[in-house]
Amino acid sequence: MIRFSDVSFSYSAADEPILRHVDLTIGEGEFCLVVGATGSGKSTLLGAINGLVPHFTGGRLSGTVTVDGRSTRDNPPRELADLVGMVGQNPSASFVTDVVEDELAYAMENLGVSPEAMRRRVEDTLDLLGLHELRHRPLLSLSGGQQQRVAIGAVLTASPRVLVLDEPTSALDPAAAEEVLATLTRLVHDVGMTVVIAEHRLERVVPFADRIILVPGSGDELIVGRPQDVMAGSPVAPPLVDLARLAGWDPIPLSVRDARRLAEPLRLRLAGLQAGPPTTPTPASTPEPIAEAEHVSSVYGTVMALNQVDLRIRRGEVVAVMGRNGSGKSTLLGLLAGLRRPAKGRVRICGQVPGDLPPRKLIKLVGLVPQDAGVLLYCSSVADECEASDGECGLPPGTTAATLDRVLPGVPRQHHPRDLSEGQRLAVALAVILAPAPPVLLLDEPTRGLDYPSKDRLVRLLRELVAGGHSVVIATHDVELVARVADRAMVLAEGEVVSDGAAREVVCHSPVFAPQVAKVLAPEAWLTVDEVRVALAGSSR
Amino acid sequence: MTAPSRTLHPAAWWLWAATMGVAAVRTTNPMLLAFIAVVVVFVVAARRSAAPWSRSLAVFFRLGLIVIVIRVVVQVVFGYRLPGHVLFTLPHVPLPGWAAGVSIGGPVTLESVLQAAVDGLRLAVILLCFGAANSLASPYRLLRCLPTVLYEAGVAVTVALTFAPELVITIGSIRDARRLRGRPTRGIAGLRGLAIPVLEGALDRSLQLAASMDARGYGRRFAAPAHRRLATGATALGLLLVMLGVFGALDPGSVPSGGIPVLAIGAVLLAMGMTAGGRRSPRTRYRPDVWRLPEWGVSLSGCAVLGAFVIAGVVGVQGLQFTPYPLRAPTLPLFLCIGILAGLLPAVMAPSPRDPGYREADEEMVDLVQSETNPSAGVPGVAR
Repeated sequence: MIRFSDVSFSYSAADEPILRHVDLTIGEGEFCLVVGATGSGKSTLLGAINGLVPHFTGGRLSGTVTVDGRSTRDNPPRELADLVGMVGQNPSASFVTDVVEDELAYAMENLGVSPEAMRRRVEDTLDLLGLHELRHRPLLSLSGGQQQRVAIGAVLTASPRVLVLDEPTSALDPAAAEEVLATLTRLVHDVGMTVVIAEHRLERVVPFADRIILVPGSGDELIVGRPQDVMAGSPVAPPLVDLARLAGWDPIPLSVRDARRLAEPLRLRLAGLQAGPPTTPTPASTPEPIAEAEHVSSVYGTVMALNQVDLRIRRGEVVAVMGRNGSGKSTLLGLLAGLRRPAKGRVRICGQVPGDLPPRKLIKLVGLVPQDAGVLLYCSSVADECEASDGECGLPPGTTAATLDRVLPGVPRQHHPRDLSEGQRLAVALAVILAPAPPVLLLDEPTRGLDYPSKDRLVRLLRELVAGGHSVVIATHDVELVARVADRAMVLAEGEVVSDGAAREVVCHSPVFAPQVAKVLAPEAWLTVDEVRVALAGSSR
Repeated sequence: MTAPSRTLHPAAWWLWAATMGVAAVRTTNPMLLAFIAVVVVFVVAARRSAAPWSRSLAVFFRLGLIVIVIRVVVQVVFGYRLPGHVLFTLPHVPLPGWAAGVSIGGPVTLESVLQAAVDGLRLAVILLCFGAANSLASPYRLLRCLPTVLYEAGVAVTVALTFAPELVITIGSIRDARRLRGRPTRGIAGLRGLAIPVLEGALDRSLQLAASMDARGYGRRFAAPAHRRLATGATALGLLLVMLGVFGALDPGSVPSGGIPVLAIGAVLLAMGMTAGGRRSPRTRYRPDVWRLPEWGVSLSGCAVLGAFVIAGVVGVQGLQFTPYPLRAPTLPLFLCIGILAGLLPAVMAPSPRDPGYREADEEMVDLVQSETNPSAGVPGVAR
């Protein structure tokens, strides 16, 4: 269906090619997962399928890419619209119209499909994606998962035979991500669609994939194969695979179901062992909280974004705030950071009310890294950014740069922040926020778009910070991150606290928020592969 | 007469709102203006849908009040001085001789304030009519009805319109980001720091949108492009001439050679361009809005209102115009009252709008605003 023959690509003549001599064939009805670190060329590979690379991006492409016999050399993306559907990371940026139904019809209008066929296909697509109740809704009023489904529907109506998705679930909560992935599997199985998908959170997608294409980056040869084979040797792997490697399971299980069948002996070995490090700090031992929100409520228009929420954060504690898209997580962080004032209740950070403090004082008490960390950066180079930050915070010159080196060494100083990889950009934002050494650090969805190595670094950094006496609050959908760093977890739904307690208990008892290891080793409450490794090493000694 | 619920053709709503607005232009009687405003608000309240843009009437209402206040303040401070009942006297600033006609300060008369308030009211009512059109049928839907030849222009406008709310969200999140870094969010310094990130964000978004449109077949080539371009040009020129012509017909003397000939030439060009361009257009349209009896009813009711005002102007009905010189209460001519009442008909004639399934959606709407921006961009009211 899709054939790459001897394809090389570089963004400009001077650059090293990002893809080199790629030969690849993807068959009809395959579900292909593209894996790799950020900046390795995943998006380039995907873009080349419908000709956005190089027709839209510019750059030099040699070799040929053909889709169903049509070459992207002679056909710009618009001529391939009836063959390849392309769905991006941020659905709201791709919407052309304002209502669900019109958005679905847009591509067909361009293709000149007859009105009767158009009507029929829109109805079919509404049913296929479960969107029929939303058909007259304005796009702006939809939730993230719904928007992503509309974006998929909008390309499906053109009845393409290939669907290309670039990180379609990165902004979604676990349940919404499941919803989108279930839709995709259904398309592959029921309609015979060919799906090529790039994704960072492998734990979500690997079970569905027929084949994995590993893009190692810097123009090295692609590794293509069955998920079991590729995952066995892959540097990036979901926790399930790590666990399988540790336990020596063969073949490597890709779904929790397969793993549970193999996990019986491991469960027996772990049965008598202590789940988790025995040094888990008991929260009650340090009584005075460094930051607290008491009975806070927040209102947007007529909607309660937060309703009577209590949160106490102690020194050296990591609290994870979880919940659906829009359950009030971000609002809670905003209240703690003093961006908003609560409608009711009170917020205190080190005994002060954050909403009343001037920004300059506030940043010495609490730092917030928003979802899109890039908005914090506004200078034209990393070096300028560090200098500006020193000046603004009244710090001795070089403080921010030193912090950056601690967070992530080797970030190129002369680069524009926009040219950095996602992980590097987050590092710069973190450095800027951490430079005035606020005792409380708030992170909103920090792992969005991060690959596994960057995520590991983030986890290590958070552990260091906590050891140094910082307190951290993370609002996140990433259950694996919560499993690795959080002491406490709080789940919000519709602005109310659903559960609040030790991360292990909260997370393990929820079917949605449980990490893979916990699902495999239930009913014992193990959270991470590292825990299991340490416990096994201890027992064998 | 209760029609099954469906959405009325947007052009019918816009025509109705436009005729109400033009009727407001033709009078200076505050009673009539207020009456028009009441009718417009009533119809909107009866027939708007639950979509977010339906709430724009309130915005335009507030805007109208601001216009009235500004108009009165300007009159009080800089206004032209005519004799009358002096309310109070502001300190007079002497101006050099060449600035004759402009004055700052001096005695403020009741008459001049009244006159200014009525002027402001007229503008406010026109704004209200525009707001009503926005509430009843979103501008996007109107753009969808553009003739196929003008499709490209329509897409450009649609994209620009979607861009505005996104911009508000971006600005909110950037302001928050500045606060998070301990920088000023107000004043000149705040503004300068805002401009570059906002522009960057805008550029990013437009690139993503362009890629998405390209990937979805926008701009595919079918028919002879030269022929199509000619048709588009003719249509655009025709529209321009029609507009000029209408303007000339409304305000004689503003367009040389009068409005009617220009209008005629424009109409002919428009018709030619549309038929030539439409015939070979490869694009199709999904569920085009239909024009049925209720559409006729709504547009004719608007025309009836305007007709009453035009007739009143020609016949010279007492009370169409109002001046506070000499000071007296405005009258309410019966003929025009009946005329304005005709504008109420859409409240019963138009089918009730479809419910877009909103009640349970309200929360999600807020979520979106939050999750798409940043932690706490305090931007309630963007999506509504």
